[in-house]
Amino acid sequence: MTEEIIIAGFGGQGVLSMGKILCYSGVMEGQEVSWMPSYGPEMRGGTANVTVILSDKMISSPIINTYDTAIILNQQSMDKFESAIKPGGLLIYDGNSIIRHPERDDINIYRVDATEEATKMETTKTFNMIMLGGYLKVKKLFKLESVIKGLKKSLPERYHHLIPVNVKAIHRGMEIIKEVATIS
Amino acid sequence: MAENAITTKELVKKENLVYQKTKLLTDDVMHYCPGCGHGTTHRLIAEIVEEMGIQSEIIGVAPVGCSVLMYNYMNFDMQEAAHGRAPAVATGIKRLLPEKYVFTYQGDGDLAAIGTGETIHACNRGENITMIFINNGIYGMTGGQMAPTTLIGMKSSTTPYGREVSLAGNPLNMTDLIVNLPGTYFVSRQSVHTPGNVRKAKKAIKKAFEYQSLNKGTCFVEVVSNCPAGWKMTPVESNKWLAENMLPFYPLGDLKVPEE
Amino acid sequence: MEEYVLMKGNEAIAEAAIRAGTDGYFGYPITPQSEVLEYLTAARLHERTGMVVLQAESEVAAINMLYGGAGAGKKVLTTSSGPGISLMQEGISYMAGSELPCLIVNVVRGGPGLGTIQPAQSDYFQSTKGGGHGDYRLITLAPASVQEMADFVSLGFDLAFKYRNPVMILTDGALGQMMEKVKFKPQQPRSKKSPHWATTGKTPDRERIFITSLNLDPACQERFNIKLKAKYKEISEKEVRYEKIECDDADYLFVAYGTSSRICQKSIQLARNEGIKVGLFRPITLWPFPYKEIMEMTGQVKGMLSVEMSAGQMVEDVKLAVEAKVKVDHYGRMGGIVHSPEEIVKALKQKIIGG
Repeated sequence: MTEEIIIAGFGGQGVLSMGKILCYSGVMEGQEVSWMPSYGPEMRGGTANVTVILSDKMISSPIINTYDTAIILNQQSMDKFESAIKPGGLLIYDGNSIIRHPERDDINIYRVDATEEATKMETTKTFNMIMLGGYLKVKKLFKLESVIKGLKKSLPERYHHLIPVNVKAIHRGMEIIKEVATIS
Repeated sequence: MAENAITTKELVKKENLVYQKTKLLTDDVMHYCPGCGHGTTHRLIAEIVEEMGIQSEIIGVAPVGCSVLMYNYMNFDMQEAAHGRAPAVATGIKRLLPEKYVFTYQGDGDLAAIGTGETIHACNRGENITMIFINNGIYGMTGGQMAPTTLIGMKSSTTPYGREVSLAGNPLNMTDLIVNLPGTYFVSRQSVHTPGNVRKAKKAIKKAFEYQSLNKGTCFVEVVSNCPAGWKMTPVESNKWLAENMLPFYPLGDLKVPEE
Repeated sequence: MEEYVLMKGNEAIAEAAIRAGTDGYFGYPITPQSEVLEYLTAARLHERTGMVVLQAESEVAAINMLYGGAGAGKKVLTTSSGPGISLMQEGISYMAGSELPCLIVNVVRGGPGLGTIQPAQSDYFQSTKGGGHGDYRLITLAPASVQEMADFVSLGFDLAFKYRNPVMILTDGALGQMMEKVKFKPQQPRSKKSPHWATTGKTPDRERIFITSLNLDPACQERFNIKLKAKYKEISEKEVRYEKIECDDADYLFVAYGTSSRICQKSIQLARNEGIKVGLFRPITLWPFPYKEIMEMTGQVKGMLSVEMSAGQMVEDVKLAVEAKVKVDHYGRMGGIVHSPEEIVKALKQKIIGG
């Protein structure tokens, strides 16, 4: 199994930490992982993206330009990465953050209205975990306990009291993810 | 012959010895020009190290300039720094051997031109080192070019008609800058052009080493010196010229002393 | 048993430095490697090893702080990126000339000049062919994973002290910024002993020590140069390191180090899917360069493509190695752009197979 993922959105949406939690979840299950962020001035309030690769084999290139899965959190990222998904791949996007819906008919497309859902949680910072929940529902990559362990490893200890609300958000994401179009 | 006169035979007897070269100077023949202040200042440092009994506790940093070979003359451990970098080298040594005495010995080109950044920042951080700054207003080793401290109107091989501010800028009074930095603990300006001044300079340099053990900050002593060869004067003329021209611009005395 | 942690390459260097018993770190912030200094200043070192960490006023000052610390016999480290490494060249030359050990990490970004902050491999010449003035060599290690970023810290220090010479880890922004899982070696204590050549204060039982690279007498300087040359010959004979991947049946060869070597591994999969048997030769030491080992491959392969994120630097050493026995060409993106696995396969077909 090798899963190549791009997570892309605005800085501050939790793009990088979502990737890190995914990676740590993989580490908890003995997988090879790599996390390659975009870095530089565009991080300051602009777009942010991270390439995450999870595999049961040694990972060759951490830098790739086609993906099994794209998790898209804003319109610029949709414009940039929709075409980079491999045929038969997966696109999950935040329905509240885009104005143009995806048009590909050779991939599986799901929508999570995470921005709206996050406003109903104790903190809107759970946005990325709602998206993550949706992804885990579709891909079923890890046991939930590995994800919770991954969360613990990823978050500094001073934020560990927020783990329950993050787990709640993951469950919410699993519940609200909607199928938009799937190929058989 | 007068009744109380001493004969040559008696004179050389050990009990009549009143002064000798410190063992902290090696027997290497110094390469300095006759009358140069470097030799005197080297001797003062060596004597102080001997008097304080810190030969095994001291590491010096030599500069690039006339005193580049200082490590040949000092009978203790030294490192030779790249041009201007002695305060950074000394910082590295002192941070990793904090219990040792560490000092730099630098000329005006080294400390006040190419190494200005390192000088200011070491002093501003308050590195617990001693810095000895020999200011003779000229580049001696390379043959008498203008230094940052060359006086207005003073001739050098690159200001052959005298330093003109519109062309070559102003002389830099480094010690006056240093004294304003909160990291410095003791700052003094001395000279070695008369026996009296040599004694005062020794006192100041000794304080600058003694205070190092307090870990209170950088101790900085400027020694206004001469360069008979570069100034194209005899040693006597150069000392006179120093008193008449250098000292009005670089006045002697303690600029910052710790509160007792 | 240490467990795997997920860490950026830059952070792994910092943690590995603490574990290796490094005495002092002196550095100046520059993208893409500032995480090293940030990690070390946050690491509560007074509770761990007491390692000294100082943010210097410039890279020029930082390398000279290394000089002082190394002269005192200590394990010292700095990290920077191209523009900062350029400023350090004087100090590196002085350290080589004074036979002082130290470890320098260059997290390369695109250049020349201020360039870009994105990853590049354009400092190969600077690191392996001098950089600073005078006849000296810099042992240069090229990691290709976060694990190697960590492992090469202690390897680098071992080589630096064994040969009393500066050692450089030549990596790039991609390896510095990416996270992979990494396992660290157990904590090594900082050494209490000083090497015999260190300036630690002249005790009555020994002569004074001075550390210098100055030799006013040309005969002395030449004697010293001959000694250095012999040392570098010994390093060239004993310390060459490399890795061969899928080379057994290869008709063609990628030669690549660092990030490019990772991308080439993906290119190998793509090419082999098309029936092109290509392997990877990965130099781990860029100096000393594996000339002999690459020469040996000429009996087997028809051509080699040197893949580097540069205008073609290491390719000159590959050409030297093969003595024109097989075709050698270069492919690489520049300016902070990283070549894709597909682009590399295309270049192999055009420049080596079809060419």
